[in-house]
Amino acid sequence: MSSPSSSSASSSSTDLTRMTAADLATRIHSGEVSSVEVAQAHLDRIGAVDGDVHAFLHVSGESALSQAAAVDAARANGDTLGPLAGVPLALKDVLVQKGVPTTAGSKILEGWLPPYDATVTTKLIEAGIVILGKTNMDEFAMGSSTENSAYGPTRNPWDLDRIPGGSGGGSAAALAAFEAPLAIGTDTGGSIRQPASVTGTVGAKPTYGGVSRYGVIALASSLDQVGPCARTVLDTALLHEVIAGHDPRDSTSIPQPVPQVVAAVRRGQNEDLSGVRIGVVKQLHSDAYQSGVLSSFDQAVEKFTALGAEIVEVDCPHFEAALAAYYLILPSECSSNLARFDAMRYGLRVGDTGGASAEEVMMATRGAGFGPEVKRRIILGAYALSAGYYDAYYGSAQKVRTLIRQDFEKAYLAADVLISPASPVTAFPIGEKVNDPMAMYLNDLATIPGSLAGIPAMSVPSGLAADTGLPVGLQIMGPALGEEQMYRVAAAFEAAYVAEHGGVVADSAPALATAEVTR
Amino acid sequence: MSFDLDTVGLMDYDQAIETFDPVMGLEVHVELGTATKMFCACPTDFGGEPNTHVCPVCLALPGAMPAVNRLAVEYAIKIGLALNCEIAEWCRFARKNYFYPDMPKNFQTSQYDEPIAFNGYLDVDVDGEIVRIEIERAHMEEDTGKSLHVGGATGRIHGAEYSLLDYNRAGVPLVEIVTKPIIGTKAAAPAVARAYVGALRDLLLSLGVSDVRMDQGSLRCDVNLSLTPAGNPVFGTRTETKNVNSLRSVERAARYEVTRQAAILAAGGTIKQETRHFEEQSGTTRAGRSKETAEDYRYFPEPDLVPIAPAREWVEELRATLPELPWIRRARLQADWGFTDPEMRDLLAAGGIDLVAETVAAGATPAEAKSWWSAYLGQKANAAGQSLTELPITPVQVAEVVALVNSGALNAKLARQVIDGVLAGEGDPAAVVAARGLAVVSDDSALQQAVDDALAAAPDVADRIRSGKVQAVGAVVGAVMKATRGQADAARVRELVFTTLGVDPEA
Amino acid sequence: MSPSPPEDPAATGAPALTRADVAHLAYLTRLKLTDEELDTYVGQLSVILDSVAQVSQLATPDVVPTTHAVPLTNVYREDVVVPGLEHDAALAGAPAEQDGRFRVPQILGEGE
Ligand SMILES: [Mg+2]
Ligand SMILES: [Zn+2]
Repeated sequence: MSSPSSSSASSSSTDLTRMTAADLATRIHSGEVSSVEVAQAHLDRIGAVDGDVHAFLHVSGESALSQAAAVDAARANGDTLGPLAGVPLALKDVLVQKGVPTTAGSKILEGWLPPYDATVTTKLIEAGIVILGKTNMDEFAMGSSTENSAYGPTRNPWDLDRIPGGSGGGSAAALAAFEAPLAIGTDTGGSIRQPASVTGTVGAKPTYGGVSRYGVIALASSLDQVGPCARTVLDTALLHEVIAGHDPRDSTSIPQPVPQVVAAVRRGQNEDLSGVRIGVVKQLHSDAYQSGVLSSFDQAVEKFTALGAEIVEVDCPHFEAALAAYYLILPSECSSNLARFDAMRYGLRVGDTGGASAEEVMMATRGAGFGPEVKRRIILGAYALSAGYYDAYYGSAQKVRTLIRQDFEKAYLAADVLISPASPVTAFPIGEKVNDPMAMYLNDLATIPGSLAGIPAMSVPSGLAADTGLPVGLQIMGPALGEEQMYRVAAAFEAAYVAEHGGVVADSAPALATAEVTR
Repeated sequence: MSFDLDTVGLMDYDQAIETFDPVMGLEVHVELGTATKMFCACPTDFGGEPNTHVCPVCLALPGAMPAVNRLAVEYAIKIGLALNCEIAEWCRFARKNYFYPDMPKNFQTSQYDEPIAFNGYLDVDVDGEIVRIEIERAHMEEDTGKSLHVGGATGRIHGAEYSLLDYNRAGVPLVEIVTKPIIGTKAAAPAVARAYVGALRDLLLSLGVSDVRMDQGSLRCDVNLSLTPAGNPVFGTRTETKNVNSLRSVERAARYEVTRQAAILAAGGTIKQETRHFEEQSGTTRAGRSKETAEDYRYFPEPDLVPIAPAREWVEELRATLPELPWIRRARLQADWGFTDPEMRDLLAAGGIDLVAETVAAGATPAEAKSWWSAYLGQKANAAGQSLTELPITPVQVAEVVALVNSGALNAKLARQVIDGVLAGEGDPAAVVAARGLAVVSDDSALQQAVDDALAAAPDVADRIRSGKVQAVGAVVGAVMKATRGQADAARVRELVFTTLGVDPEA
Repeated sequence: MSPSPPEDPAATGAPALTRADVAHLAYLTRLKLTDEELDTYVGQLSVILDSVAQVSQLATPDVVPTTHAVPLTNVYREDVVVPGLEHDAALAGAPAEQDGRFRVPQILGEGE
């Protein structure tokens, strides 16, 4: 990595893009900096580095600046500002935002402008959070590397020849490249946690139903969850509280109050973990994991012991079938969810020659508009649901889901939270697994059980792998609705790491060469 | 081996029934009369400008999610209860996956193997005989949008160059009511089908869950029919005839399929399991071109919705609100009113039962009420090409006219004029009487003058009355009525004539 | 044509997924595939199916399926009209439009 040549921003100590969201919010609220300055600094950074990183599919410069100006005006007016008002954020392109191009990383939606806002988008805007743009992702969130984006891969800021994880590689890379202090991700089988893991950032998947899915382009409805992403646990918690909560437009949303995760983080930062039981999942610690990942994880376990936690080993035998169950449930649901992309009402239309039938146009459009992984999963899902196979495949997978849930329930009798590596490997080179679907699917080995059970889980950086020098993520899993204990443990761990290393893992990300910014 | 109808023709109906037993299954789709759609808050109003009752949910925009209409569930439970069904303790929606441009999600959210109501029956009067139709299930689902085919010769689907889609109807709540196989009805099968759909229509109307307008598609029937060799317990292959949009068509479609299938079977052919479409004009059915079979629907539980587990207290509350079943109510009213079967049947056919009941409730006698609705108002409705209920007059207004007649304020002729005035929008009967000056002349001095004039003009008649020919009074009364332009009370005129002449008509 | 179910996909190892099966599934899901794509998917899907077949071994009859991780029931919306999309917004994304309706190529066959 070369060092930064020049930048419109000043040196790193006062560089607004290097600050945490919490820090920026404090400065904006005190009037030390304006929200517009903060937004502009991040837009400049995007202009300078995103040519290489390609975290964004769309940058909403104008609307971001006007949103920021509105926050500054509200502050000047003496209005009460939300805790993150004025802070910029990168929105995964799977959430709709009215009038802003939304593609879910697919050609089939190229040029489509949603006429409505996702509930999460509305909450962000109402909280005064400044939306910088839409981030790259694997097409319809299918993938673990962001290489399946129809608009080209996102590159990992730690090594531009490597993948940033997926499907939310754009959001994670935007954080690691200091293009945004906050990001929104979605997690179906690990799409928040695995990218966080391989980019040295933090990402949390709330309890299923904890955040509204309304306006989130569905991959697998029974698994999808929206979640907060940032470079620190506190920032993640602050964003979590903004986006969580019951939504009557999402029937699967839980009618529960927003968990008090910010308070839980403060407690984790200020107290040790004595009395907390931390379970190490036996099945998520094996040869399938890279040695550098395992050694970083083992050090994390030691750190927890040092913090006073009680470490227990838990046995979750059915986790071994989790990947299989997941790759039946997900394709089944997505084969149906993606049926609406048919060239009739919106999006791409191919082959409408005048003589062609609607059916032929649908087939041509879907054949041309979807990438190989999407088509593969649609066919697999149709097969798993077909008459005669339903019981053996989809039905059985739903039963395995029960067994996995029961494994978790049993484990939580012995432990308050469970831990594992978040990803079995550190960031791998772009292109390495793109033609081997099974190898790609293995990236979600550790994250899938939590997805099937609907529990909250997050990835917090545990350090850099001894073998590759790349970030490793520690997965912390709480019981259903157990966000508070999960965040407390994450915050305690992060505080211990910072005490030892002088900063969070993301702080040591390469600075990246910056292009000359032209406004 | 499959046969082309052109080569085998149709079999005579009576001959077909001698050789084969029809087995029917009837699937009735009813659009619920809720204000909003099944899964979104768009209005269900019929006839809006195209694509004005749509939202991200019913257009299936990326990211949109369904939310179940509670009232639709309530209506479905009521329908189930009225059909003597068990109500599920727990049930779900499923996705029925197939592509069709009028269905925005390319799956229909429908109940599949877990219907909200199941195992019921409906007793249907088929020409005086009660036939029990077993109900397999009643389940909730959503309607599709509407396509307009442009460029073809007839606007029909074949030959159309392109189609125009309106999604206003997409997502309107439907309940689909499915019978168990109806067997043993033999020659009466078409009549049974018609009677069943008619009874169902009455029932749904009385429940207030739908406007059951077959002409507008809010009640639609699919007729499944197969033939089995007479006395053979094994069912044959069935066809499913869709697009049957009137009671008469239900009967015709069933009848046609019997004769069509019988001809094919008798010629040694096999029936293809297929969807067919009823052609109103020709009274025939033709094959549809659906390439998917039921096996291909890939049903699975709708993951965007949670299960429905209706509390038993709710179900019992709804049971308590069920109205009297229409045919039980009709039997009770007939007994109360003392009408004959033909009178009752005519009244029912004219849609006048409720009108008479409400007129009676407003004070008229059943005979008076019936007389107005089936005679004078019946003619008016016929002339206007309207149904009785569409006439701009209420049962209360009819009862008011009856009361005016009974009080002597109107005679029959004036009463008809008052009714005409109400129909013409001139207001309530009292207002029409006042505005048109239609009150019976009951002022004795005015009447006396008219009687005296009439007697003076016809001294021979006066003499005949004096001589005891009391029936001759009619001529005097007639003259007085003419002189008063019909506004006199004829009975009072008659009295005055006798008093004036000093005759006792009873003597 | 529909794929014929095997006795037990798990017991027989790799379920025989034929080219015709994949072609039929592609038709059902309205995906126009090239011959090359078809061949690739037949191979890849067989490998995936082989590795996921283990689920049917664990799925004994006594296990209740989980369709939702969080057990909720009876989530309803009241029957109250809320304005939806403006007519123009509803049609704004349409690839083709005419007379306030979505214009689509000719529809062959019949709906349900
Ligand atoms: Mg149906
Ligand atoms: Zn709607």
